[in-house]
Amino acid sequence: MEIQNLTIKAIHQGLRNKDFSATELVESFLKRIEEENKEIFAYIFVDQEGALQQAKEIDQLIAQGRELPVLGGIPFAVKDNILVKDLPCTAGSKILENYIAPYDATVIKKLKNQKAVLLGKTNLDEFAMGSSTEYSAFGPTRNPLDKERVPGGSSGGSAAAVSAGLAVFALGSDTGGSIRQPASFCGVVGLKPTYGAVSRFGLIAMASSLDQIGPITRTIQDARTVFNIIKGKDPLDSTSFWIEKSDSKFNIKELRAGIPKEFFVKGIDPRIEKLTTESIKRLENEGAKIQEISLPHCTDYALATYHIIMPSEASSNLARYDGIKYGLSVQESNDLKEVYSRSRQQGFGQEVRRRIMLGTFALSAGYYDAYYLRAQKVRTLIREDFRKAFEKVDVILTPTSPTLPFKIGEKTKDPLSMYLSDIFMTAVNLAGIPALSVPSGKVENLPVGIQIIGKPFEEEMILKVGEVVEKL
Amino acid sequence: MITKKEVQHIAKLARLNMTPREEERFAKELSSILKYIEKLKEIDTSKVEPTSHPFEIKNVMRKDIPRCSDIETVQKLLKAAPLREKTYIKVKAILKHSE
Repeated sequence: MEIQNLTIKAIHQGLRNKDFSATELVESFLKRIEEENKEIFAYIFVDQEGALQQAKEIDQLIAQGRELPVLGGIPFAVKDNILVKDLPCTAGSKILENYIAPYDATVIKKLKNQKAVLLGKTNLDEFAMGSSTEYSAFGPTRNPLDKERVPGGSSGGSAAAVSAGLAVFALGSDTGGSIRQPASFCGVVGLKPTYGAVSRFGLIAMASSLDQIGPITRTIQDARTVFNIIKGKDPLDSTSFWIEKSDSKFNIKELRAGIPKEFFVKGIDPRIEKLTTESIKRLENEGAKIQEISLPHCTDYALATYHIIMPSEASSNLARYDGIKYGLSVQESNDLKEVYSRSRQQGFGQEVRRRIMLGTFALSAGYYDAYYLRAQKVRTLIREDFRKAFEKVDVILTPTSPTLPFKIGEKTKDPLSMYLSDIFMTAVNLAGIPALSVPSGKVENLPVGIQIIGKPFEEEMILKVGEVVEKL
Repeated sequence: MITKKEVQHIAKLARLNMTPREEERFAKELSSILKYIEKLKEIDTSKVEPTSHPFEIKNVMRKDIPRCSDIETVQKLLKAAPLREKTYIKVKAILKHSE
């Protein structure tokens, strides 16, 4: 097996047994990035020097016979909306093209403590707004499995890097499917943790009541390893929160899995429906108890709710980009107000401006009750749907995406068609619960993911179910 | 559904400069998105409480004590500002001189 396709555990053992050095390992990844990144464009920035320096330190550690942390020497990638001290952080936007992060995000601090080796920053839709990574100001990422197609988004660079063997694992962020959908499109594993389970200190905020950081990996075990390192309460993020659920013995024969009937209707590619049904059937053959459930507010209504709440919060969060404190600034302006409005005109791309406009509209006087407040109320109904469903079942299974990875350019002309890519995923963010996308098969050589949704703080349960799917 | 005039008003609120062509395009695009969002009017929400946070957790407080950042971070933050003078971030004049 090629070194780039090894799991975290296998690399850890390889380093300890001195089968290869951390420097050799990192060099092999850098070489592969050099060969393939030009075409795939998974990375916006590669920190060659920093990665080799970190590898050297790991090799010294090993030579001294010191203990190697689980992620010690493991090469990884980070979505470029997560701050790494002294490295550029663009959020895929022109407005932050020359921005250098002054501090580390908490997730980065945790990975640095583990001595994991950062290879670079990955491409994303501008400010994580999109489902294809085509809205990056620096150009689209290509799906390594079919280079005419998108890798999904917005964490498309992270998913493509892991899928192409350009990193062992990557971090992404998920506001309405941005970890799960690209994981599904690139044939890898993506975990969106419970809201608050992972600190967001140092994540460039999009929609604060929805955003979560999570891992993208090639195996479930790798996702578990990374998640267990990055999770937990952080004094620097007052929304972070963690409850340790007692680790009860998992038995597939006692698993109750719900299939929401509303998710298997119009709009879904029949081949994806067939494949998902087959996966569910196989789980049933293993002994899982499958039952039909209803989540009446969790497809179309959830997507509509999401497209009020997300842009509203984003329009507020993005008010900070004003050309004063950092980022692109148009000084050829007549007054201060013009500095704001012209910097924002030149710095933000189409999709970001669309969402700022939509959010500003939904929050503006006269429309607040009809849009924002109504959406918050429907959000309560969505939470209720899940609460009721989880009285009867332990996990909920759906396809991750209603369509196969689409062609580059196919959906950029019609914003609404792009939004519909996330129809099975946004309800999960609105309810704050964890969900996993696991590869469940292929249609015409293109990967299809199955989404496993769990109760709050029961990441371990969905990972266990994911492992069963992984092995079938 | 959204007129060009409304687009101009929202753009002003959002501090976004816009060309007339962009105003027209935004009017069209926002209208089609809003049409999709209108679906929510089918739901009776008269007896539903709004959700602003997915879980019922209490607000997190800390003591109101200033925390000092190290000088290196302060310098990095200042360095990020496009216009500055000494340890200040500089902006264009807000008030006009009277003659």
